[in-house]
Amino acid sequence: MSTEYKPHPEDALSHVEEPATVYPVNPPTKSMDLLGWAKSNLFGSVPNTILTLLALFLLVKILPPIVDWAFISSVWSSATPDACRVDGVGACWAVVQNKYRFILFGLYPYEEQWRPVVSTLLYIVAVAVSCNPRFWSRRLLGLWAVVVIGSGILMWGGILGLPYVENEKWGGLPLTLMLSVLGIALAFPLGILAALGRRSSLPVIRSVSVVYIELVRGVPLISVLFMASVMIPLFLPEGVTINKLLRAFIGIVLFTGAYMAEAVRGGLQALPRGQYEAADALGLGYWQKTRLIILPQAIRLVIPPLVNQFISMFKDTSLVFIVGLFDLLNTVKTALTDPLWRPFYVEAYVFTALIYFLFCYFMARYSQYLERHLNTGVRR
Amino acid sequence: MSDQASAKVHKPGDEAVIKLTNVNKWYGKFHVLKDINLTIRKGERVVVCGPSGSGKSTMIRCVNRLEEHQAGSIVVNGTELTNDVKAIEAIRRDVGMVFQSFNLFPHLTVLENLILAPTWVKKVPRKEAIDTAMYYLGRVKIPDQAGKYPGQLSGGQQQRVAIARALCMKPDIMLFDEPTSALDPEMIKEVLDVMTELAQEGMTMVCVTHEMGFARSVADTVVFMADGSVVERNTPNELFNNPQEERTKKFLSQIIQHH
Ligand SMILES: Nc1ncnc2c1ncn2[C@@H]1O[C@H](COP(=O)(O)OP(=O)(O)OP(=O)(O)O)[C@@H](O)[C@H]1O
Ligand SMILES: [Mg+2]
Repeated sequence: MSTEYKPHPEDALSHVEEPATVYPVNPPTKSMDLLGWAKSNLFGSVPNTILTLLALFLLVKILPPIVDWAFISSVWSSATPDACRVDGVGACWAVVQNKYRFILFGLYPYEEQWRPVVSTLLYIVAVAVSCNPRFWSRRLLGLWAVVVIGSGILMWGGILGLPYVENEKWGGLPLTLMLSVLGIALAFPLGILAALGRRSSLPVIRSVSVVYIELVRGVPLISVLFMASVMIPLFLPEGVTINKLLRAFIGIVLFTGAYMAEAVRGGLQALPRGQYEAADALGLGYWQKTRLIILPQAIRLVIPPLVNQFISMFKDTSLVFIVGLFDLLNTVKTALTDPLWRPFYVEAYVFTALIYFLFCYFMARYSQYLERHLNTGVRR
Repeated sequence: MSDQASAKVHKPGDEAVIKLTNVNKWYGKFHVLKDINLTIRKGERVVVCGPSGSGKSTMIRCVNRLEEHQAGSIVVNGTELTNDVKAIEAIRRDVGMVFQSFNLFPHLTVLENLILAPTWVKKVPRKEAIDTAMYYLGRVKIPDQAGKYPGQLSGGQQQRVAIARALCMKPDIMLFDEPTSALDPEMIKEVLDVMTELAQEGMTMVCVTHEMGFARSVADTVVFMADGSVVERNTPNELFNNPQEERTKKFLSQIIQHH
């Protein structure tokens, strides 16, 4: 902790009068005209000028064709690919128009697809509410219980007059979102526990944590997913089966948890020892100290690497295709097995990439907001 | 303790509240504390001084088990310090500590820093904890800073908040480990003033400090440590004016040259 004195407007010391003439009335203003700006920022030195010209050249070469391909000569709507086969035509967005239902919802029965829509909206609302620090309280857990159960009922059905849909049929965006959101919700606490365990003074807990973290970090997610789908059934009593969605989910949680543990551990280590000692000296027990003093500060320190993990987990859910689940990426691939539309795979993938980008970009921005928000007032 | 309000009237009692018997501690092969014997009575104000590295911090940190001793016994408030976590937490509730580097919780406001331990450890109702906190903030003369974060306060203010935080637990004993060493000269006085008031009320205090003026005016006893041992222990007058041991004389002459 810094001990240096920082004047604050309400401190008596900062009211010491300064001689008025020492500083110019206004700070020197930088000239704002475009030419001046360009001169100093773009053509300030020889290497700078070369880079600027190179960038301009590439921009002129690349941008117009892209704009032309994507927006001007593109086909936005057509029931058959014939319109896209004409010479000189750009992007064939008609492939999205024709395939978006399958890309977004996979094998879910066509007439029932309003159910994944509502379910996805439920998740998005719950995430949006949870992201707002104003709503951080125990009641959020209630909201999440409602959302998880509600969307479960919607997706499976079988009651309330909803036809039953087995989860082999779930797919697309709702599946990807569910895996990621619930995966983060479970992997985060798991990671915290493993990080704490790794620093525990109890040898058994420490070894278990170290073995878990190092084992999982030492193998690729694909193999964790394979192991989860092959090995989890071996540990279960005869006759009990867990479906493959749950198995893949457990694999993702275990995998992400190990990485989060290491991110959280970084925060735990970065905290000054004095914080632990002050909490101890006040008589706080281990869990009180951890919950009230250590974690709030440690996690604040590691928001960027944590969000990094969230983002990569979101994208890594696409690997569940190897155990036969139809996540967002797998539904595109499957949609493109249609020989009619297969030539326009670029457009279909661009569409999917945009969806991924949207969510990842949101997470990145949110992490920046959160860092700023949590650091107001905490000047170290 | 309020019946002993005046410094002149106040005399430490006979009851020992901290008793170190043949305490030894090693860091690896390094023998930090060598056969420490020290009894501190209720209401006694003890100043510990000695050269850097002599084990002063280590000794007072053993009193609330921030450090573990390896041989000998430490009895605080009638409870011996062992590996019994519940007993340690009970002792820590009764022993306040103030650190050189303040160690306030930067993510909490001043008020939250003060009410945290009372509400969570002693289960004091929040309302009552806030009243107590505001009372002690008044005592350390910064009642108007309750809503600020520690990072927005000066060093002297932070250290006074740290003292108030410890006092909010209504401890029987206060430990201070060089509470003014990290402060700029103009802020040392405001912290020493608060400590002096506290001493005059009869709080049992163990204070590692090099502030000899404070030791002279406030302490009942000065303990001089060197190389992990208690070399000499006496009233401030005797120890400063008539030191018996060579090491003490040498240390005092260095300190006087310095000041
Ligand atoms: N965690 C530790 N591991 C190893 N050695 C340590 C540790 N903490 C302290 N020491 C050593 O023990 C000795 C006593 O340290 P201590 O902090 O008690 O001294 P001190 O009297 O408080 O000194 P100062 O006036 O500089 O604060 C020093 O030589 C120090 O280097
Ligand atoms: Mg020290």
